[in-house]
Parts: sequence; C-alpha cells; structure tokens
Amino acid sequence: MSSRDAILQRLRNRTGGELTAPECDFSVLDRPDWSTAERLDMFERTIESVHGEVHRTTESGWIDRLAEILQSRGAQTLLIAKEHEIGQALRSATKDREDLPQLLVYDEPIESWQEALFNEVDAGITSTRGGIAETGSLILWPTADEPRLMSLVPPIHIAILKASELYTTFHDAMQSQNWAAGMPTNALLVSGPSKTADIEQTLAYGVHGPKELIVLVIE
Amino acid sequence: MSETTHGSSHHSAHHIDVKEFHPRARAAIHNPQVRQNFRKAMDGLMTKRKSAFEGWDLETLRDLGANIRMRALASLPDLLEQLEQKLTENGITVHWATDGDEACRIVRDICVARDAKTAIKGKSMVSEEMELNHYLEEQGIEALESDLGEYIVQLAEETPSHIIMPAIHKNTGEISQLLHDKTGTDLSNDVEYLTANARLQLREKFRNADVGISGVNFAVAETGTLCLVENEGNGRMTTTVPPCHIAVTGIEKVVPNLEDVTALLALLTRSATGQHITTYFNMISGPRKANEMDGPEEVHVVLVDNGRSTIYQDDELLDTLRCIRCGACMNHCPVYTRVGGHTYGTTYPGPIGKILMPHMVGLDEGRHLPTASSLCGACGEVCPVKIPIPDLLVRLRQESVDGDKLHPAKVRGHGAKRSSVEAMIWKGWSWMHAKPGLYRLGTSLGARFRKLQPGKIGAWTQYRTAPKLAPKTLHERMKERGQ
Repeated sequence: MSSRDAILQRLRNRTGGELTAPECDFSVLDRPDWSTAERLDMFERTIESVHGEVHRTTESGWIDRLAEILQSRGAQTLLIAKEHEIGQALRSATKDREDLPQLLVYDEPIESWQEALFNEVDAGITSTRGGIAETGSLILWPTADEPRLMSLVPPIHIAILKASELYTTFHDAMQSQNWAAGMPTNALLVSGPSKTADIEQTLAYGVHGPKELIVLVIE
Repeated sequence: MSETTHGSSHHSAHHIDVKEFHPRARAAIHNPQVRQNFRKAMDGLMTKRKSAFEGWDLETLRDLGANIRMRALASLPDLLEQLEQKLTENGITVHWATDGDEACRIVRDICVARDAKTAIKGKSMVSEEMELNHYLEEQGIEALESDLGEYIVQLAEETPSHIIMPAIHKNTGEISQLLHDKTGTDLSNDVEYLTANARLQLREKFRNADVGISGVNFAVAETGTLCLVENEGNGRMTTTVPPCHIAVTGIEKVVPNLEDVTALLALLTRSATGQHITTYFNMISGPRKANEMDGPEEVHVVLVDNGRSTIYQDDELLDTLRCIRCGACMNHCPVYTRVGGHTYGTTYPGPIGKILMPHMVGLDEGRHLPTASSLCGACGEVCPVKIPIPDLLVRLRQESVDGDKLHPAKVRGHGAKRSSVEAMIWKGWSWMHAKPGLYRLGTSLGARFRKLQPGKIGAWTQYRTAPKLAPKTLHERMKERGQ
C-alpha cells in the first residue's frame, strides 16, 4: 500500500470513532464601521510602528513626491512594470523631467538578468490590491506584469495604495474581494520592511528583503 | 499497512539522548549565561504578547482558534484529499511520507531528478524533525539555513533551542564571536552590522541555490494554498528565487477554508512574538505560469505523518495536533525558562514538546519529558488554540507508569517508568484510605513513630527537606477542640 493510502486509512479508521466538527463563529474578528479617514490613520500608525514610511499624496502629486523620496536616498535605478498604469505614468513623466532615476522595466524572465536585479537595482515600485488598517498591511498580488521579486529584492520597495481601498481587517479584505473564488500563484501581505530579532531580540531592519518600505497613499 | 510511523532512524549519531534530561537540566541551571539569556528573552516575549492582545476579546478569539483547528481535525482525511486535489490542479506536486526517513528520501529524489547540488532553506520545524540537513549533506547536497537564527544555529553546529527564536540561547557577544570564527566578520556588538553581514553572505546563496526548501504554517484545502509566516524575507526568497520549491509540512497543518487563516494568523503572531502581524504573510498557490517572469518552475509539497496519525487515534491526545507552533507555551513555562531549550534533547522543547515528543521518540526514551513540569498551568492558559497541555502531561505521566485503567495506553513505550515498589505503595495507600478504621490506626501509628520517618525520600528531598508527620493526627486535634 502506498504511504498516501496507509496514512489516509489510519486516519479514516480512527479507533476513537468519528469526530464532530464544532461551529466556528468569526464575529470576534468584526470591527466597528470605520470611515476611510479613520482607517488611514490606523494604517499609518500601525505600519509606522514597524518602520514603514507613509506619504499621503494625490493622483496628480505622487510622481513629484516619489522623485523627492528617491533623490533623498540617492537612488540611481527604479524597477517598474511594463503595462501597469504606474509604470506607464512614470515612463511618460521621464520624457519631460530629469529628477527621476533611470527606469528599468521588468519585462524579461528573471533568468536573463538575475545578477543585475540583485546587484544593480536600487528601488522597485508596485501597485497594491488594497491595504489593511488593523495590521498596517499592504495586499500584493504579483502578476506577470508586476512579478514577485519586484517587491522583494531591491533595497527600497515603494508601494502605491489608494486610500479608498483600505479595509479594516484581513478578514474583511478577504471576504470583500472574495479570495476563496481563486487565488493567484502568489499573494502577499506586506507589513513593513524586512526585519529580524533573532540576535538577542534586538530589532534590525533589512535582513533579506527590502530595508525600506515606502507607501504612497493616494487620497 | 505500516504500523511504524515513528521518528527517523537514519544518522542516529546526531541524536541527543533524550533520557539524559536530568544531567542536562542540572548543567543548565548552574550556567548563569544560559539562564540570563532565556530569562531576558522570555520576559520580553511575555510582555509583548500581553500588550498585543490588548483590546481583544482573547477568550473568544482563542475559542475560535480552537474550534477552527478542531473542525479541521474532524475531517482530516477528507481535507488532505481535497488539499491534494486542489494543489495538483494548481500545478503543485504532492508527496506523502509516513515518517521522517521517507520524507528525506522524497526530498532527495526531487533534488536528484533536477541534478540539484545546493539547497537554501527557510525555517521549518518539520525539517528539523526529519533531520533533513544532515541527511542531504550525507547525500552530497548542501543545505543552508537562511533564517538568521537558524543560520546562526547551523554555523554553531547546534539545534534550535526555541521553535520561533532558534538562537535565543546565545547573546550578541557569543553570536559575534561565532560569526567572526566561521565567516570572518569583525567582532562587534552592533546587531545591524552582524545582520547586514549575514544578508551579504546569504544573497549569493539565494541566487545560486538549485532548490528552496520551506515549511508551511497553514495549508488551505479549498484553494490549494500554502501559507508561510515570516519577518525576514528569507522565506519569500527561498520560495521564489530558486527554480524549484519543496515545502515540507505535517499532515495536521491543513485547514478547510481560506477564511480560517485570518483568525489563526491573528493568534499566531501575537502569541509568538507579540506582533500584530509579521512582515510577510506569503500565500503560494502554484508554480510560475508560462507568461510569468519569476517564481519557481516546480513546486512540491511533502505531507509528513511521522507519528501524527497515531496521536490522531486518541480522543484526548488528539488535542496535541491543534498546535499552530507559536511557542507561547515555552515563553511562559517556568521550567523551560530555567533549563533552556537544549535540555529537553528533542526537536520541540518546552510544554508542547513534552506532549508531542513522547509520540515521536516513545515514552521509554521520553520518560522524563512529561515530568519536567510543575503543572502550574501557564502553558494551557496562553495556548492560542486552548490545548489542555497540563491535562495531557498528567495523562502521559499515567501512561508512563501504566496507571490509567480508563484509557488503554496508546503511546509507544508506555509503562517504561513503572516500578512495582511504587505501584505497591500507592495500592496500599488507596486501600488504607478506603477504610476509615485502618486509616485512623495508620495515621496515629505514623504520628507516634514519626521519629523513625526517613529523612531522605529519593528525588523529592534532593532540593527540599522531607515533610514530617505532625505529632498529633488531624482527627486527634479535632477531637481535642471539640472537648
């Protein structure tokens, strides 16, 4: 008998007999109906407590803000998506401004440029599928256009979050967006820059992922 | 059908003798550095957990956590089949292993088929159970830990002393010396510097690894999703950069619905380290698609039994399988805090280890584990899924002396601690207590001849003075008062 069948048979022929499943009441996760402003305040407070940086901006002002942030860090290169409107907007913006870093488009399979991604990219910018106020989290669903490593390998990760897409809790976000209907190959909650406390409980940021997480909130 | 679903037997030279608990405990108690390191860490973790649950209806949340886990266990075989089907539909290959040895061989075979020579690992306690690193090295495959704590422990050629904070037994100075000796970094008490160096060392390893090996925190049956909880980003690197990802997980980690992970995640990170959430919650539902630019080409899941289906048979012991591996029971355990994780000599230390490991190593080898507890109850009070750990410790103590007639003994090696003299003494004790005349005679004789009482009573008087019978029995004193 295969190991699979042996394990399943042992579980099925349980000597203690059949087990009854208890009811699960998720209402303990419910929160009051917060306004967008309240959610944003909560999000900002929570993500900043773990060294995330939040900048409130607008549809017309975010590129200016981004340019300032990247200049202050001396970033030379910025990784962008090819199709997404964020990437499109940045590409057309560079036509008549010079304060943005060199734009790199993630449009080739990783194998052909892995070393450059690890060593030469200063920052990456991605969209989000919303955020979670209670835990200060960004929801990221990487796609073919915005691949998984964009938000992981560059030392600075910049994420664009629409204030109107902030949910109160993870449960709320998952139910509202009906995640159970189908998940992408990879989905993420990102709540701050990479960190560790493995050396004597002392917090250090930027272990294996980004050292900085910068959120541009479009109000 | 195979009956032997117990711990791995290969490379047993690496095993620490679990039976030698007492000498290790003595050594740890007399090591001020170990005690200081654990005390400081556990105090910090207890405070953080408490503040992370402020404003929550914690009892109701823990009830929900327990119910979610019990609901999953109630239909475990069906859920595993559903999980297998969904994962397969998603393009993930599913493997089943009855024990650690078989799981190791499955991982090796995947590596061999890809001609893989190097593996980078994310944190996985199941892989510690399997002793996967040693096995792969014997097979000529380099297995490098990438979680900073695990990396430190691996460099020191040790095992984790805590399931969440593997290197918690070391202080900064000790780690600095270790990194200096093994990787040539400068001696420094600057944690940022030490961390930055580990980042540099491991980046190249991530880039060049042939496979990535990770654990799983929750496996969701309805969507075929593997969930990983982490802070460092090494888990994401491990599961995204190498061309092949192998996830190893215990069969009990499955939950029916995606919704279930919201409550379990809220409990897990707050209970473990007092965080609202970890930096990354990584949900993997498939390998790279044809049009995608990155991610592994192949994803494998190894579902490991290793004694779990044996625990599953018993109505009480079953509760052990609810565990979500937060480590809160360790953080709050007065014994763990004093003796440290290595004293137990088991993969899982502390209270959860004391109820889990006897099933894996047997009650003969693990005979001291259930007794390494003052039964203060702290572990049961903080458990996010309400595992009645103290009750299970008592149950295992009973089994270790075959004393429980109500439950036919289930655990391998039961009765290993049985002593016929002790059994006779207790039999006499219960016989005497059931007969009032005899009881009165016995206690009054005891009071009269109390000088003859032995001053040393085995282990009890090792750290305590022997209890003395009173000069008058309670019955005699009550009689005097009544007059």
